[in-house]
Amino acid sequence: MYDFGIKNPTSIDDVKAALGDAEDGQFLAGGQTLIPVLKQRLAMPSDLISLSRVDGLSGITAGGDSISIKAMTRHAEVAANADIKSAIPALAKLAGGIGDPHVRNRGTIGGSVANNDPAADYPAAVLGLGATVITNEREIDADNFFTGMFDTALNEGELITEISFPIPEAVGYIKFPNPATRYALVGVMVAKFGNTVRVAVTGAGPCVFRVPEMEQALTASFSPDSIKDGLVPADDLNNDIHASREYRAHLIGVLARRAVAEANG
Amino acid sequence: MPAITVRVNGLEVTKEVGARTLLSTFIREQLKLTGTHVGCDTSQCGACVVTLDGKTVKSCAVFAWEADGADIGTIEGLADGDKMHPMQEAFREHHGLQCGFCTPGMVMTAVSLVENNPDIDEDGIRHGLEGNICRCTGYQNIIDAVKTGAKAMRG
Repeated sequence: MYDFGIKNPTSIDDVKAALGDAEDGQFLAGGQTLIPVLKQRLAMPSDLISLSRVDGLSGITAGGDSISIKAMTRHAEVAANADIKSAIPALAKLAGGIGDPHVRNRGTIGGSVANNDPAADYPAAVLGLGATVITNEREIDADNFFTGMFDTALNEGELITEISFPIPEAVGYIKFPNPATRYALVGVMVAKFGNTVRVAVTGAGPCVFRVPEMEQALTASFSPDSIKDGLVPADDLNNDIHASREYRAHLIGVLARRAVAEANG
Repeated sequence: MPAITVRVNGLEVTKEVGARTLLSTFIREQLKLTGTHVGCDTSQCGACVVTLDGKTVKSCAVFAWEADGADIGTIEGLADGDKMHPMQEAFREHHGLQCGFCTPGMVMTAVSLVENNPDIDEDGIRHGLEGNICRCTGYQNIIDAVKTGAKAMRG
């Protein structure tokens, strides 16, 4: 990898100062994507600004109608958290299915969401549950956060500090993992809030997306049978050696039905 | 170059490390603990797994300076003198290796799995080893070894 400088800020104010001092600074969260990317010389930051020692960036807080997860909280902590397991079980399951145990001990929710990998799991949870992404500057609705492949609404230097997930009435997440990487070939989250249903799909397209046709059908009747095949056209889906776009389109329907069944217990 | 202080297998050590020095490189080349293997260097194979403050990590996907102040455990820290750790003994007994290159990461992961869940079942073992790749055995003897090692660790 190319050489870089190191900054180890301990407060959000120091993070901003460190970024301002750097010619082309890059945040380092858990590093499970960034470090391999640096090794491949696909990125050349002047400085890495490590977030590991910033006070108050890690932890999980359960409220009455939402659960807040700080940005540097590791996947393994989300997977094992008793409040999340009981209030949003699909979110704990999703975190426990990312990568492998070693990745889950390092990788963070903030890093994953900011990176917005098209096959990452967390974007499906953030969009599917209609979470709020809280940064050092503002609050961003999930519907406005994911703007394209590896692209988000975050401004240059804007830092995710926490993500707040509303507690749904029922929720399910099913993914078809790539057997080598455990990334989602396709992953579908279905969440029900009273008369509102949200369906978010990751892995299938260039960026996580909702499926309004499924949401309408599930609002009318929250049952696996409500989801017909062919609701998502294959045209704009990912097509690679792992799966054709037609196969991914088919999987969306299959996994959505299973996610509804999971939500219904 | 930053100086870092870490405890490795219980012994405190202070060294200067480069910004780009990976924890795996630090362990192998600066501490000369070559039991930790680097199989892929792309953070996929798990041969380089060590414990960082008690949790397993791929040491090729962590910078050495990120570990400043931490407790690190490597495969060299498992045996008690000439007496192998029960998990190492189980790998020997079940021939849970062929070339042996992945074994340090397998054993470190297996010990951690059992410490976190002493009653781990076969399904848990298989899922728990998802981050550790073996190109020789076909895994069956590794699973058998971990089952036996878990039983021995339970006492």
